[in-house]
Amino acid sequence: MQGFSTLFYKELLRFWKVSFQTIAAPVLTAMLYLMIFSHVLESHVEAYPGVRYTAFLIPGLAMMSMLQNAFANTSSSLIQSKITGNIVYILLPPLSHLEFFSAYTLAAIVRGITVGLGVLVICSVFALPGLRYPLWIITFALLGSGVLAILGLIAGIWAEKFDQLAAFQNFIIVPLTFLSGVFYSIHSLPAFWLQVSHLNPVFYMIDGFRYGFFGVGDVSPWLSLGVVGTTFVLLAAFSLHLLRIGYKLRH
Amino acid sequence: MSAAIRFSAVKKRFGDVEALKGVDFDVREGEFFALLGPNGAGKTTLISILGGLTRADAGGVTVLGSDVQRDYRAARRKVGIVPQELTFDPFFTVRETLEFQSGYFGLRRNGAWIDELLENLDLTGKANANMRALSGGMKRRVMVAQALVHKPPVIVLDEPTAGVDVGLRQTLWAFIQRLNDDGHTIILTTHYLEEAEALCSRIAMLKQGTLVALDDKAGLMRSHSARTVSLRLTPDALPAALQPLLVGEQDGAYQLRLDDCNTLEAMLGTLREAGVCVRDIEILKPDLEAVFLDVMGRKAQ
Repeated sequence: MQGFSTLFYKELLRFWKVSFQTIAAPVLTAMLYLMIFSHVLESHVEAYPGVRYTAFLIPGLAMMSMLQNAFANTSSSLIQSKITGNIVYILLPPLSHLEFFSAYTLAAIVRGITVGLGVLVICSVFALPGLRYPLWIITFALLGSGVLAILGLIAGIWAEKFDQLAAFQNFIIVPLTFLSGVFYSIHSLPAFWLQVSHLNPVFYMIDGFRYGFFGVGDVSPWLSLGVVGTTFVLLAAFSLHLLRIGYKLRH
Repeated sequence: MSAAIRFSAVKKRFGDVEALKGVDFDVREGEFFALLGPNGAGKTTLISILGGLTRADAGGVTVLGSDVQRDYRAARRKVGIVPQELTFDPFFTVRETLEFQSGYFGLRRNGAWIDELLENLDLTGKANANMRALSGGMKRRVMVAQALVHKPPVIVLDEPTAGVDVGLRQTLWAFIQRLNDDGHTIILTTHYLEEAEALCSRIAMLKQGTLVALDDKAGLMRSHSARTVSLRLTPDALPAALQPLLVGEQDGAYQLRLDDCNTLEAMLGTLREAGVCVRDIEILKPDLEAVFLDVMGRKAQ
């Protein structure tokens, strides 16, 4: 337990010491998205009846920021430790793979939620989304950040160089988050792209999260919970397996 | 005496390279043990297997009876390893680094021991400095402190003095010697053979993944390298009968192999018969470097 809590605290301190870059910067980015998109689209788009586009956009941006930062936290921490070599100080002590997994994942979830809260607070200056079902909001924030934190863990374990990690991020994570209904309701899409979006787990994270704010979604929040929960469990099992066999960490 | 570390037929292959070809030996409790060998001999691989950083393909390693794979938690608590590569986490201060390392080993409130480590390694003034701000030698000493936070009974130092200046090297060795006196088992790999010779009681040599020598210092000197006798002669010419014994010349002195001290008399007799006077004579004992070169077979070249 002491091993887990120390590693968890170390991971928190790591991003907190550079919080200008790890928290303030993504909040600013989300705010810029909001200002630009709402300026251009506010008068043209109404995603849900009676919901302003700006209000609709805010939970999507908050979720996208959470997901990207949860991924960034685990993946960048691991790749930096691997490349500088200081990962040995984590590998030599008697830490179990479960402690390793939970410390990295939880710290990344904390960063994701912190950024998400920052985005919601700053953006509420522009428009106030409702808070219909806070429990759904919290559930999807935690599970969504968790899934991306684990993906970051897997990417960090797998990548040997920064450009491999950048490829993982640019060709997998960014498309998955952008093509998930952050900026639009997927019902506005042509049938083919609607089907494709239904295969994207990030879509369910955002839809479920948004349902918590407005009480309206493209699909039922229970379906979203099923998809996101299953994804979380499968990825957690996979990454724990990688850690147990020491994939790319222990030769 | 029981074994602090037992390597049993350890094999490891990296692709086409057979890094360890079945290495078998024990390090006894309380020993100051040297593991020597040229670059690429497999020393670091062996230490990585001991620390669980690398997994052996065959064979096993135990630390004070705990298997490094099956019982890794117990094994890792018993051993502290100072890695060869100079690595640090640039996000943290020296004290944070040591507190985290204590926590990973399950230790809470380890401040008193951390202070003692900092004091002994001459780092007290740098406790709150960021790791980035330290010189190479200081970082190296923080690495030593990191390996010792959990007071491991077995301490492994993989080339700990590379890049550390002479004064600090002595501070470091005095501290390690004291830990050894207190009963800690020390395993050292180094390229400075005089360090191994001065500090270690038993020595193992690895060559291309195979153990080629394992003995205490005296035994190794006896069995692997002859004494030499250094002679200055007048006239300055070595008789033909003694030429086969010549191993080198230095500053006008001939160095002859002396396989047995009793052959010295015959050697002097040969010189007398040839009418050569001995101006100066010196018998040189072998040092570890000579033994090392002999074992590694470089002399043959």
